[in-house]
Amino acid sequence: MSARDEILGRVRAALADVSPAVSVPAAPRVPDRGDLVGLFVERVEDYRAVVTRCAEADLASVVADVLGTARAVVPPGLGLTVADAVVDEGLSAADLDAIDAVVTRAAVGIAETGTIVLDHQPDQGRRAISLVPDLHVCIVDESQVVADVPDAIALLDPARPLTWISGPSATSDIELDRVEGVHGPRTLHVVLVG
Amino acid sequence: MSGTFVGMPAFPTAAREALADTQLRRNLAHATHTIRDKRARVVAEVEDWEDLRLAGAGVKEAALRDLATHLETLEASLVRAGATVHWARDAEEACAIVADVARRHGADEVVKVKSMATQEIGLNEALEAEGIAAWETDLAELIVQLGDDLPSHILVPAIHRNRAEIREIFRRRMADVGRAAPDDLSDEPGVLAGAAREHLREKFLRAKVAVSGANFAVADTGTLVVVESEGNGRMCLTLPEVLVSVVGIEKVVATWSDLDPMLRLLPRSSTGERMNPYTSTWTGVTPGDGPQEVHVVLLDNGRTRALADEVGRQALRCIRCSACLNVCPVYERVGGHAYGSVYPGPIGAILNPLLRGVSDEQTASLPYASSLCGACFEVCPVRIDIPSVLVDQRAAVVDSHRGDRVPKAEAAAMKAAAWTFADARRLRWAERASGLAGRVLGRFSRTTLPGGRAAAGRLPGPGAGWTGARDLPAPPAESFREWWDRTDGGQDGDRR
Repeated sequence: MSARDEILGRVRAALADVSPAVSVPAAPRVPDRGDLVGLFVERVEDYRAVVTRCAEADLASVVADVLGTARAVVPPGLGLTVADAVVDEGLSAADLDAIDAVVTRAAVGIAETGTIVLDHQPDQGRRAISLVPDLHVCIVDESQVVADVPDAIALLDPARPLTWISGPSATSDIELDRVEGVHGPRTLHVVLVG
Repeated sequence: MSGTFVGMPAFPTAAREALADTQLRRNLAHATHTIRDKRARVVAEVEDWEDLRLAGAGVKEAALRDLATHLETLEASLVRAGATVHWARDAEEACAIVADVARRHGADEVVKVKSMATQEIGLNEALEAEGIAAWETDLAELIVQLGDDLPSHILVPAIHRNRAEIREIFRRRMADVGRAAPDDLSDEPGVLAGAAREHLREKFLRAKVAVSGANFAVADTGTLVVVESEGNGRMCLTLPEVLVSVVGIEKVVATWSDLDPMLRLLPRSSTGERMNPYTSTWTGVTPGDGPQEVHVVLLDNGRTRALADEVGRQALRCIRCSACLNVCPVYERVGGHAYGSVYPGPIGAILNPLLRGVSDEQTASLPYASSLCGACFEVCPVRIDIPSVLVDQRAAVVDSHRGDRVPKAEAAAMKAAAWTFADARRLRWAERASGLAGRVLGRFSRTTLPGGRAAAGRLPGPGAGWTGARDLPAPPAESFREWWDRTDGGQDGDRR
């Protein structure tokens, strides 16, 4: 018998005494917290990420300021001109390792948890580009901010690869003391447009 | 290049050694209290936390009760999304599948995301035997691997090490396996994390094959989920060409929306954060992005054994958050190594016997590694009633010895008690004997309990198991029945 059939057979035998029907209580909703965008900013900053708010018209200059002299990679569909940026057309991991920063858009922002979700559409690019460079500049539109995790899950397409980002890379592995900056970008700069 | 739990002594022996290590106790007390407080703060922030726990338990319970159906759905979804699905009855089969994939790509090394399932099956050792180096990339796992040590916590495997010890391990061992630690390495956690970043980066950039586990596997979409903090997970899941994920069959949830309560419960229970820094989800192969060859190994290795246990099957709801370890008074004092398994603490005390049975002495000692205080049940995000399962597993241990030719001391004592209580005359003799012992102890014992009652000191022989850590109060000099006879049921006013 194949391992598959044997395991499935064992599962069925183990559950011979139970009925598969079980009602799952609905997960509770968070109460309405009013100013979602304000909460989003507060919670993102709580992870020691940097947040800059700006109007659409100022976006290009704000991003240029944030980058300073850092050389950036951008996804092909960013929809914003970033001076001296390399457009990703299949850069290798080693190429990306030599680049200081990345500028992407996002798919969703979650206020309750201060989380940004990338679904890696052309305005966000391949997963590798927002991972290897040390500075991630992420442009989020105020209209993309939702209240909580269930709202984000309802909006996101599971068929796409997703990256949920809550602050810069961090670890608490040494004496449970949280420090920012391990393998992912050590600086997360969120530019909130609206 | 790591130690092994094989041949570990039973819990009481291992615990006694751990208790004697004052450095270990200091490290553990500091770490468990820090994380306990963090968790309490972020859990208090959620008004309907108890309802969220009910929802989380419900999602996992529903998936387990119809597990065969969900596994078949998961397999079909994964295949549709371009993944290759393998099934492994046990550790050996699972390791062989991973080694085979690595070998087919000519890889002599793999990078690894922290994964309990791959530790459980001893994957690193199995790959090493095939000449394939498995690099742990989670900071704590790296500390354990470089230090030739064993993990002692589910979330923070190096919780037993302090910063000075970690600095020493990095300085001594990093150079042997790759980029050396800088000469001026300090013991600041930020600096140590920086050294790990430098050390592992070259491995991430060149690795062809990565191995991961999964926190959740979504049946209806074929999506796998990895929850992490450092970005080492993202590196492994994104940069290599080939990805093999070893997933316990109990990781299945039915639908995409089932992730909602889980992703709210796990980070708050585990690291004490509103959300962990990084969560990655992927569904098979995405053309042009990430690994273009994706394998999923669905692992049994005792899970169907646990599933067949009416009381114990709820342990398969576990999402490996480790909240139960951090609040456990036993774990806090003895640490993880004493449990002799990659699954320590209260959850380990039930999961190991459920997965493996209680035929060996070490596993059989685990259900007793608890005071049954119930703190673990209170914090469990999926409401596993660990104390009830512990008691049930103790019964399983006792049952497993019923056929012994030489009964255990406890069984012999119970038999003797039953024989004594079965007959009024025998009971009277026993009461006289115990009254005599009480009078002798009252006169000569130097141990007294609060309130002045005499107690036995440390008894010799089988009695030492009880009195080694507890006071045995001296039996009363007179039994109730003797008092009743002497005073005519208290009529003559002598209450003594």
